[in-house]
Amino acid sequence: MSTQIQVVTANRLVDGAVVYLTAQGDWSERLGDSALWRTKDDAEVALKASEKDVEARLVVGPYLFEVAEAAEGIKALSAKERIRADRKPSFAPDVGSWTGRISA
Amino acid sequence: MYRYDEFDATIVQERVRQFRGQVTRRLAGELTEEQFRPLRLKNGLYLQLHAYMLRVAIPYGVLSAKQMRKLAFIARRYDRGFGHFTTRQNIQYNWPQLNEAPDILEHLAEVEMHAIQTSGNCIRNVTADQFAGVAADEIEDPRIWAEIIRQWSTFHPEFDYLPRKFKIAVTGAPDDRAAIRVHDIGVRIVKNEVGETGFEIWVGGGLGRTPIIGVPIRKFLPKRHLLSYLEAILRVYNLLGRRDNIYKARIKILVQATGGEKFAQQVEEEWEKIKDGPLYLPQEEIDRIHRYFAPPAYDKLEDNDPAFETARLEHPDFARWVRTNTVRHRVPGYIIANVSLKPEGGAPGDASADQMDLLADLADAYSLNEVRVTHHQNIVFPNVRKRDLFALWQRLKPAKLATPNLGFVSDIIACPGLDYCSLANARSIPVAQRLSRHFSDPRKLEAIGELRLNISGCINACGHHHVGHIGILGVDKQGQEFYQVTLGGSSKDDASLGKIVGAAFSEDDIVPAIDTIIETYLGQRSDKSERFLDFVRRVGVDPFKEALYGTAPARRPAAE
Amino acid sequence: MALLQHGALQPNNWRFVGDDAALPADGPVTVSLKRWQAETDALRGRNAPIGVRLKNDEPAQALGDDVHRLSVIEVEFPKFTDGRAFSQARILRDKLGYQGELRGIGTILRDTYAHMVRCGIDSVELPEGKAIDGYLEALQEFTVWYQPASDSRRTVLELRHAANANARSGAAVLSETVAAHSV
Repeated sequence: MSTQIQVVTANRLVDGAVVYLTAQGDWSERLGDSALWRTKDDAEVALKASEKDVEARLVVGPYLFEVAEAAEGIKALSAKERIRADRKPSFAPDVGSWTGRISA
Repeated sequence: MYRYDEFDATIVQERVRQFRGQVTRRLAGELTEEQFRPLRLKNGLYLQLHAYMLRVAIPYGVLSAKQMRKLAFIARRYDRGFGHFTTRQNIQYNWPQLNEAPDILEHLAEVEMHAIQTSGNCIRNVTADQFAGVAADEIEDPRIWAEIIRQWSTFHPEFDYLPRKFKIAVTGAPDDRAAIRVHDIGVRIVKNEVGETGFEIWVGGGLGRTPIIGVPIRKFLPKRHLLSYLEAILRVYNLLGRRDNIYKARIKILVQATGGEKFAQQVEEEWEKIKDGPLYLPQEEIDRIHRYFAPPAYDKLEDNDPAFETARLEHPDFARWVRTNTVRHRVPGYIIANVSLKPEGGAPGDASADQMDLLADLADAYSLNEVRVTHHQNIVFPNVRKRDLFALWQRLKPAKLATPNLGFVSDIIACPGLDYCSLANARSIPVAQRLSRHFSDPRKLEAIGELRLNISGCINACGHHHVGHIGILGVDKQGQEFYQVTLGGSSKDDASLGKIVGAAFSEDDIVPAIDTIIETYLGQRSDKSERFLDFVRRVGVDPFKEALYGTAPARRPAAE
Repeated sequence: MALLQHGALQPNNWRFVGDDAALPADGPVTVSLKRWQAETDALRGRNAPIGVRLKNDEPAQALGDDVHRLSVIEVEFPKFTDGRAFSQARILRDKLGYQGELRGIGTILRDTYAHMVRCGIDSVELPEGKAIDGYLEALQEFTVWYQPASDSRRTVLELRHAANANARSGAAVLSETVAAHSV
């Protein structure tokens, strides 16, 4: 029976960047740095505690989401969180170089 | 096009200063996020999947070359080098920073642009027909009225905290290119029996969770009463619209619950009290704004241009692009050129900063300094001389801006979807990419003919899938992205909402499903002149169900 | 609670009296619309100012000519995102011709305060000791307004087409307008 592992995420207030709560209590841009909360209660406590960083104007809108531990590292379970963790859209914007340089 | 006078400029500059103050107070902790959020939304700043997103207003889709260059500059300086043109004629940037947002707005103010009321529960960007002022079938230029409505709705103190967002569209031609029947208020310029122009007013249309075609509540409104009538509608909505449930808060819900006739009565009662007040438009103001939209100094040309005709004969690719992407202009010798932002494998509606700069240069060189954004996420050069069209096309080609697919199945309208939007259930852009690669052969596109395909990543329907001839709606089935298909929608005078064809398709199956749908049409249409939409309306969804799911239609009893 | 009125925070001597509560013998009171309509004579018979507190889902028109018998009408903003009272305020001022004190109660933010003033509200209830600089600044943030509302500010339309616009520069007219409304 797998335990629900959760992670706290938010957006940084000043630039909107996606960030994850680490075990040290600061916020990293990398999902791999997240603190893992292995019980529902621990996760709720961590989420509640992150409110202080909202008041301190570091982050906005913290919430929990599920992850799994894989060989390559922590993986988000939902498509949304996987795309967020990649920090960019899932498709290659440079398909056919259409957004790239335009030759004169 | 409209140019700010000192009053317009002052308002926008004061707004920038106000917003700068609001951001400063937020960062200093004097405003909580709950208090700040409606304020930043009213300046178009969302908090989105990856970062903030800024939606810049392009009033009724019209841009000068200078303004387009500024949009390119902002993409480069404050974002990741591109922007996204939306289904409401706006542009979105996906990576602005909160602390830089006031600077972005200041740059925009320098070229008479802003992000005012592009989000929030207020009156949003007023959209209009993308061929306004130049279409051959136009009764009157809708941009005059769109500008008048824009000014009236900007910082309206009574209507800044409505139950929900409010979208107004204006069309000036019998062929409704502004989708007025699916807007909260749709304004249609019409002529009465004695030849006077006035407005037909529609209310309560909308897409999203509860798609509804609007109701016409006034057949003929004299022009000078436009604002007082709109004010009456907004006041009734502001007072009576639901505020207990955001999914039931649009005016379409109020109109349905009240009944169209009774709602019209309520509006008329309110209007009676205010119609002769200060909102009665002074003729001088109508004339003043009219002057800004006076036709530019067109050359006196023959409609037939030999150089243009020669180029068509000698360059089949150019001839194809003319066939698919140009529209007749009301002035002889001129032509309307549509630039598709849906290249093969591209993200629909996206343009790089380089592309925007090129579009600006081309607007200067070939389109009397003007360029437009359509609600199908494409670009229009409204004023091109036929003799210049080949040169224009040659410069569009290397920039991947000459895709000859206007109105065809690969001219896909898509919301940003789960790649950008935290509301989405599924990604839309990768589906669009795969579809546009699958349907890349221009001959096949022409053989299929007119086919509007819209993709929305969630039920909020920002991709307007309900009014697609083919609509695709991204849904979440147990954490997997699935795609539901609808058929037979239309946003024009024959407005209709698409019907669901059956069970949703997986990511792997959606493109083959669309292919099957198209093959079904090609195999069974009466002839090439029967458009996909007409075919669907004639035969219904059963032939498609059969082809997709193998379900046989109910057997008819054998003839007696 | 205090009142922000005439650019300053003043003590609020008004009391709201619930439908079932006894009316005090004297002192200014506001009552609900329901109570006003049920006990009009008794309320007018008191030797003290009387006002009505409208709920924001009640039709302002229901007051009719009674507005001329009231010293105060209160309109409510239960959440700052609920903008119904803006319309109620305008109906009271423009349609019913109410000329007494129109007071905003509930959640009043500096950013919604400016809208209230434009809609004809001339006082707002704030917590005692609340700093009012922000509210007063908010009234200065804009010096021009496009649309007519329920205040006396000249609109852009009026300024654009002012008679003898050539005689005075737009800037002069603009600064006049600002000066006139710096209250």
